[in-house]
Amino acid sequence: MSEVPDSQHVLDDVVQREYQYGFSSDIEQELLEKGLSEDTVRFISAKKQEPEWMLEWRLEAFRTWQRMKEPTWPNVTYPVIDFQDIIYWAAPKKKEGPASLDEVDPELLATFEKLGIPLDEQKMLTGVAVDAVLDSVSVKTTFQEALKKVGVIFCPMSEAIQEHPDLVRKYLGSVVPVGDNFYAALNSAVFSDGSFVYIPKGVRCPMELSTYFRINARNTGQFERTLIIADEGSYVSYLEGCTAPQRDENQLHAAVVELVAHQDAEIKYSTVQNWYPGDAEGKGGIYNFVTKRGICEGARSKISWTQVETGSAVTWKYPSCVLKGDHSIGEFYSVAVTNHYQQADTGTKMIHIGKNTRSRIVSKGISAGRSQNSYRGLVRMNATATNGWNYSQCDSLLIGDQCGAHTFPYLETANSTATVEHEATTSKIGEDMLFYCNQRGIDTEAAVALIVNGYARDVINQLPMEFAVEAQKLLAISLEGSVG
Amino acid sequence: MTPILEITNLHASIDGNEILKGINLTIQPGEVHAVMGPNGSGKSTLASVLAGREEYTVTEGTVVFHGHDLLDMSPEDRAREGLFLAFQYPVEIPGVSTANFLKSAVNAQRAHRGLSPLEPAEFLALMKERMALVEMNPAFLQRSLNEGFSGGEKKRNEIFQMAMLEPTLAILDETDSGLDIDALRIVANGVNAQRTPHNGMIVITHYQRLLNYIVPDVVHVLWNGRIVRTGGKDLALTLEERGYDWIKTESSVEA
Repeated sequence: MSEVPDSQHVLDDVVQREYQYGFSSDIEQELLEKGLSEDTVRFISAKKQEPEWMLEWRLEAFRTWQRMKEPTWPNVTYPVIDFQDIIYWAAPKKKEGPASLDEVDPELLATFEKLGIPLDEQKMLTGVAVDAVLDSVSVKTTFQEALKKVGVIFCPMSEAIQEHPDLVRKYLGSVVPVGDNFYAALNSAVFSDGSFVYIPKGVRCPMELSTYFRINARNTGQFERTLIIADEGSYVSYLEGCTAPQRDENQLHAAVVELVAHQDAEIKYSTVQNWYPGDAEGKGGIYNFVTKRGICEGARSKISWTQVETGSAVTWKYPSCVLKGDHSIGEFYSVAVTNHYQQADTGTKMIHIGKNTRSRIVSKGISAGRSQNSYRGLVRMNATATNGWNYSQCDSLLIGDQCGAHTFPYLETANSTATVEHEATTSKIGEDMLFYCNQRGIDTEAAVALIVNGYARDVINQLPMEFAVEAQKLLAISLEGSVG
Repeated sequence: MTPILEITNLHASIDGNEILKGINLTIQPGEVHAVMGPNGSGKSTLASVLAGREEYTVTEGTVVFHGHDLLDMSPEDRAREGLFLAFQYPVEIPGVSTANFLKSAVNAQRAHRGLSPLEPAEFLALMKERMALVEMNPAFLQRSLNEGFSGGEKKRNEIFQMAMLEPTLAILDETDSGLDIDALRIVANGVNAQRTPHNGMIVITHYQRLLNYIVPDVVHVLWNGRIVRTGGKDLALTLEERGYDWIKTESSVEA
């Protein structure tokens, strides 16, 4: 007696691919002891030889944080975090400051090489300048000289504090205030490094800027701080990528990103987030609690967020736009994938203040395994936002029947001339679709990748070309073994 | 001559209900077999079982495809070995262009045969050539697969895909349903252009109409899960004249 092969079984048996960035590097680390106090903050500030004003800023943030409570409203659950059980400073040990690449620890270069981020400028993707941040410290920023020629500043945040204190003092915390939320306050107190970008008036940044974040050390948190300022009439496209080693324990990542777009300026900010998501049983993984916000300060300015989120055990993240300038534009394009036991509560906020401001939200959630994927978005039309316009499209794609997709749209309109449109769909990758692909010779894994990339196409198309290809592969990899 | 397909005493059921109750059918290279029968006789089940749809359980019998046990193969391997099903209800895949879908399919099948992927220019030229067989506009290549296609466009797209994949055995499952007379002619011409002395076809249809255009070598009448009559193309004409009741009555008497 023979049976038609049960493709359900075939799907069930598909091997799970390991998280391919899960290695850890044997780099000599300088670690602070676990725990958080004013002394920790002072230590970090001293380590970075920061000016007094910076220390004061951090201490105020720390005191604010102590009075705050962890938010419980996101649709995610995780054990209580013991903030005294985290290391707040880890740095690759180095001899006196490496001036050139030759002096950087070869093991460290090998780490970035393994991640596909060669720091050797000769080997770089043409037109992409990279700042690489390992644990708490920025390791190497490439193409600085070429950028300097056109007046673009692209450097580690710690260097900006030393070299461009006026810009940092003016803008740091201007978009995400110290006391904005629990994790933003924590970040403000203990942030170690991150990237700083300044594009002068009328300059179109000649290359993509990119920061690569990597958590390596055990038990450490990563708290990076990014600040991008696009002065009048300038343009910049910025991309961040993130990975972490595979570890049994959860690690905390609490970043803050602030964007400022002046009159007629445009900032395009793209993220491919692939922090370690935990294993198939939900053990380990990164807690990704991030505050990202941009302000369209001047008239006709534009900020566009594009994110492809496949990693992290728990994600809590709402890249937002404050549309202050008249005729300014905010955009949010997101693909969030959750598999196994991952939880994501992500979305955006579009705050319309100026007249004729426009925003567009395209969110594509993909849930597989036993994961939970929530879209949470706020569109607010202030009384001043005459003729404000928003269009939101929130789609959910379910793979299997043990995952969840949730949508929490909040609409607040205080101006009767404003238009707010919201569309939402939920669909499933059906057996019919998979069988159709199989019948054409496409195996199930490839079929899922094909279908998901089709579903996410509107968002992927927003990414710079080099990264769109990476993002497509990443989507396919994170969903391997998800059907069944 | 080795048959392309040899079905022996095939029994299959779904949710415990037996639909196919002992099918015997052999297809030699170059042959077109029509499978006709009233609604619910098991025609589409036969197509689904041959293509490997998981809902059906084969409880008895064997199917040999080019000398191999077909029932032992996954649906994608059946396709890669040359079995093609033109769906009665083609599936829509939003965001995946027809061109991209076909590229994945063709290259997956080429890889199975140890061939390298086709160069983009070569592939595009091939698609345009094969689309012409069913008078399809190349603009369809960039549209999402079957999304917003009319019934006739979907069926033409099935035959276009068949032309791209060059199967050795094509099963057309009610490809004529929902087609007007012009579309029927176009689809039939596309199918006829693909008849060779080496491949075989199973044309499943409810009506004789299609067989005026795709002329079969053998006609089978399926009723209640069994082939109750086999004849030449004239059998289809007789059915058209007398309807299926005649067959049902005779079969019941024989049973």
